Amino acid sequence: MSKLQGLLFALATVVLVAVSTYYFVARDWLPELHSDRGAIDAAIWWSLLVTGIVFIATNLLLAYFTWRYSDTPGAKAAYWHDSPKLEISWTAVTAAILLVFLFNALNLWGSLVDPKTIPADAVTIEVTAQQFAWNFRYPGQDGQFGKTDVKLADPEMGNFLGTDTKDPATADDIVTPQGVLVVPEGRTVLLKIRSLDVIHSFFLPNFRVKQDAMPGLTIQTWFKPTKAGKYEIACAEHCGLGHYKMKGTMFVLAADAFQAAMASQEAFDAASGPLTQPTQ
Amino acid sequence: MTHVAEAQAGHAHDAHDHAPQAFIWKYVFSKDHKVIGVQYYVTAMLMAVVAGLLAMLIRVQIAWPPATQEPQTQQVESLRLSPPPAPIRAATDATGSVLTKGYAKMDKGYQMKPEFYAMLFTMHGTIMVFFVLSTAPVSGFGNMLIPLQVGARDMAFPFLNGLSFWTFLPGCVVILLSFFVEAGAAAAGWTSYPPLSALKSAVPGSQMGQTLWIIAMVFFIASFTMGGLNFVTTILNLRTKGLSLFRMSTTMWAMFLVAILGLLAFPALIAGSLLLLFDRHFGTSFYLPAGIILSGKVMPNSGGSPLLWQHLFWFLGHPEVYILMLPALGFTSDIIAAFSRKAIFGYKAMIGAMIAISGLSFVVWGHHMFVSGMSPYLGMAFAVGTILIAVPSAVKVFNWLATLWQSRIQFHTAMLWALGVVSLFISGGLSGVWLGQSAVDIHLHDTMFVVAHFHLIMAGAALFGVFGATAYWFPKMFGRMMNETLGKWHFWFTFITYYGTFFPMHYVGISGQMRRVYNPYEYDFLKPVQDINVFITYCALILGVSQVIFFINFFWSAFKGRKAEGNPWNAAGLEWTTPSPPPHGNWPGEIPEVHRWPYDYSVPDAPQDFVLQTDPSPIGALKPGGGH
Amino acid sequence: MTVSVVSAAETRPPAASRFEALGPGGSPSPSGPGSGPIGSDPARFGLWVLLGSIAMLFIGFTSALVFRRAAADWVPMSAPPLVWINTAVLALSSVALETARRRLRGVRYEGVQTWISVTGLLGALFVAGQVQAWRQLVAQGVFLSSDPHSAFFYVLTGVHVVHVLAALVWFTTVFVRVRRRAYAPGGDGLALFATFWHFLGGLWAYLLFVLFVL
Repeated sequence: MSKLQGLLFALATVVLVAVSTYYFVARDWLPELHSDRGAIDAAIWWSLLVTGIVFIATNLLLAYFTWRYSDTPGAKAAYWHDSPKLEISWTAVTAAILLVFLFNALNLWGSLVDPKTIPADAVTIEVTAQQFAWNFRYPGQDGQFGKTDVKLADPEMGNFLGTDTKDPATADDIVTPQGVLVVPEGRTVLLKIRSLDVIHSFFLPNFRVKQDAMPGLTIQTWFKPTKAGKYEIACAEHCGLGHYKMKGTMFVLAADAFQAAMASQEAFDAASGPLTQPTQ
Repeated sequence: MTHVAEAQAGHAHDAHDHAPQAFIWKYVFSKDHKVIGVQYYVTAMLMAVVAGLLAMLIRVQIAWPPATQEPQTQQVESLRLSPPPAPIRAATDATGSVLTKGYAKMDKGYQMKPEFYAMLFTMHGTIMVFFVLSTAPVSGFGNMLIPLQVGARDMAFPFLNGLSFWTFLPGCVVILLSFFVEAGAAAAGWTSYPPLSALKSAVPGSQMGQTLWIIAMVFFIASFTMGGLNFVTTILNLRTKGLSLFRMSTTMWAMFLVAILGLLAFPALIAGSLLLLFDRHFGTSFYLPAGIILSGKVMPNSGGSPLLWQHLFWFLGHPEVYILMLPALGFTSDIIAAFSRKAIFGYKAMIGAMIAISGLSFVVWGHHMFVSGMSPYLGMAFAVGTILIAVPSAVKVFNWLATLWQSRIQFHTAMLWALGVVSLFISGGLSGVWLGQSAVDIHLHDTMFVVAHFHLIMAGAALFGVFGATAYWFPKMFGRMMNETLGKWHFWFTFITYYGTFFPMHYVGISGQMRRVYNPYEYDFLKPVQDINVFITYCALILGVSQVIFFINFFWSAFKGRKAEGNPWNAAGLEWTTPSPPPHGNWPGEIPEVHRWPYDYSVPDAPQDFVLQTDPSPIGALKPGGGH
Repeated sequence: MTVSVVSAAETRPPAASRFEALGPGGSPSPSGPGSGPIGSDPARFGLWVLLGSIAMLFIGFTSALVFRRAAADWVPMSAPPLVWINTAVLALSSVALETARRRLRGVRYEGVQTWISVTGLLGALFVAGQVQAWRQLVAQGVFLSSDPHSAFFYVLTGVHVVHVLAALVWFTTVFVRVRRRAYAPGGDGLALFATFWHFLGGLWAYLLFVLFVL
């Protein structure tokens, strides 16, 4: 009876290893990458490789031991329960491997969050999350965002952000329809992320970008889109009933098309059709 | 006789001199740790049934959500667009509660509503983490085992112990009652992040439901604190003669560390919850910043920060997950030693690893907040501890493997569960190395990858630990044996479907499937993973149904199982030197003196393949140079 | 007059519950030489553990305060003058308690009841004074929701008062035992209660520091 259970457990462990490894490599799970954040993908692959090897090795040992040392008549277990040498060895090796991961992880993180890496020609876009839509605003030719105040918000008229039309800087700001983000290919996009109500999270699966939209804060994140096209924006923080429908679309346009659309609100509207926008 | 032994014997005589107790004092408002332990355990089981049903409903929804509505925007190639989608409002009508109107009749039969779904995942997490998996291993088995494994008549404060259970029970009642309020139970996630949990109109569950959540948590934490006091004091002060700290079982070490974790960490959640209560009901702005506009209304708050809640919550939240996991690690070592007839390898390293894990658990909480907007420097600091905590975790796995090497394994049900813990610990622990790298977490945060990680390592280890401990100590507690055949069927169904449910979540998580999403296939990029989700759901449903085998086994064996002897497993620990079940006062005569650690199995010159902890012969650990 | 230190076990009245029985210090520990370095009285040890937990609660609140103070809308408020009077009252209650304790430790049992009564009265006076201080603030228009500093004032003083009330509940059992002469003269039967009471006094001093000095 014991031998059967031992065999079953060993078999189950081997099957787990085989099936899980197979599925990790058989299907392309990572969404196609279209940004300059490939280093994250590299970190994922290294994690898979190293943890995969450890996973396979420890599980195969577990399987072997449970099969090999099943109780049989006349068997006797060894009485050996300490080896400082062994303890130190496997602790040191584990720590060494993990320190390499840690070092690389800290470097990678540092490169992604260091504002000094934002190039001068980055396109700045304000992202404002709300239940349950994404708002995007561009500073226009003057490079300044107009003031906003939620007391001025008028959702009926489409002024979700509470833009202050009396502020001169507002005049050339461009507001896109909710859920529509337009960015240029090949230039860094600097997002300033805010929220009007609860915590949301701006998630671009194809770009390895995720940043919580925290009420009371404006948080920066930046990336460079590398391929034109249409991509989904998801909300990655439970924000209420409509969390599942809080999606947007990011249009990555070729550089000149982007320049043309960004010339003014009128140019943008011409490119995108008639919309309800805050009036002057 | 020393005066200590006198006092012990004195109490033993007192034990027999008690007048026969009425049923209510013996079994209801009991001060006996064994009764209290069973009370906690059975209550936790019932809460687990509720939380498990919630999980089944979650999985059914994710596999087969309502037919995705046609996209109202972004359906054209150019930028030409139609107006934004209609605002999403709670669909509850005036005459129903979220619970009773949780399903709406739609074209294709009944479909779940989003507010019901939000309540499901919130309450599944809340009940499982606190009322099941903090309770059964810690309050249940801790109470049952501590006096038996340290050699005491009872816990240090028996009255306080009884009080702790009767404080816990109202917490259960309140959290269950919260389902029946009109706007439903809390629905902001078990993590209750404000402003979603602080603003009553943000989601229906943030009305009365969230307040009841806070009240239930206050009861729970008060109860856990009382228990923690008892655990720490009993383990440090009431150990029998000869039982030094380094002769204690790993289970006792785990209970000791868990109690300390709870005593130091839970107060932060009380503090945070009180402040949340004030933000909700008294107009304060601890968590609410200026500039919030909700449903067209501008909120009057200003100056608060939602990040404050996250810090306070996770300061508890991270040690909490180790509170769930450490007892299972303790049980596993005890069980593996007993059923492989071999001493635990590297006992001191195992204890050191548990201490290191416990200590490090206090400095890693920010890894839940890598993308929250907190300072990136903090992110770096938290990544350090998070990655390093894998070292003691790995050490534990290696020591278990070394224990199995050249052992003699008897595959009783308890041993299968213990091996299952090892397996889950490997799987779940390794995915933690991915998530601890803050940049990788950018992609994986709030995806199903995280759900896979914690269900494998925390929930899985804790659950399998509880099942293993049940199989192992059931004879001691009830004086009867559980049915081995049923036990093994239960194990295999659970082990296979547990992996079938949670392992594939790694894949869909890497694909970007977010957590807590009522209908993932609103997103085109997630449409391809629906087949995986269907597979997961089938496994989850079978997993749920399989637990019926356990309930049948447990209750049938408690009343009709074969009678158990004092030491049915020929195990070496102190608890096996007393009858099954132990009498009032735990030992019929004097409490025995301990002479060695509880792991002297297969000692070369011993008459049997185990040497009891109370055996004074100079063999095994007591051999010169043995050192235990 | 001979001084006889009567053993605690002989003068202890039958305990209704084991919890009560842990009142007098120095009860024989059921644990043997294997027990830890903490000392042999579980009740004393358990109390210190509880104090550690309570300390963590207030450390949680303190960190929240420090975090919240960084926001622009922090307007410091000054302590209502009554608060300082209440502080003196609480300090005096600790002095009274120590006096009672000292009397008990000596052989003069008389005066213990007097001083313990003073302790209780001053403790109750402190609670009343705190409530009055809140009422004064409310009369001035300073509410929980007015600004963050006032919010923390109410929260911290409120949670502290809740703990003082719990201590006063404990006090009633202590008072009853003093009246029944249940504590052995020459022993330190009031030690456990005194530890908790002085802790609350020290905690109050800390809260004043955090609220008005830091």
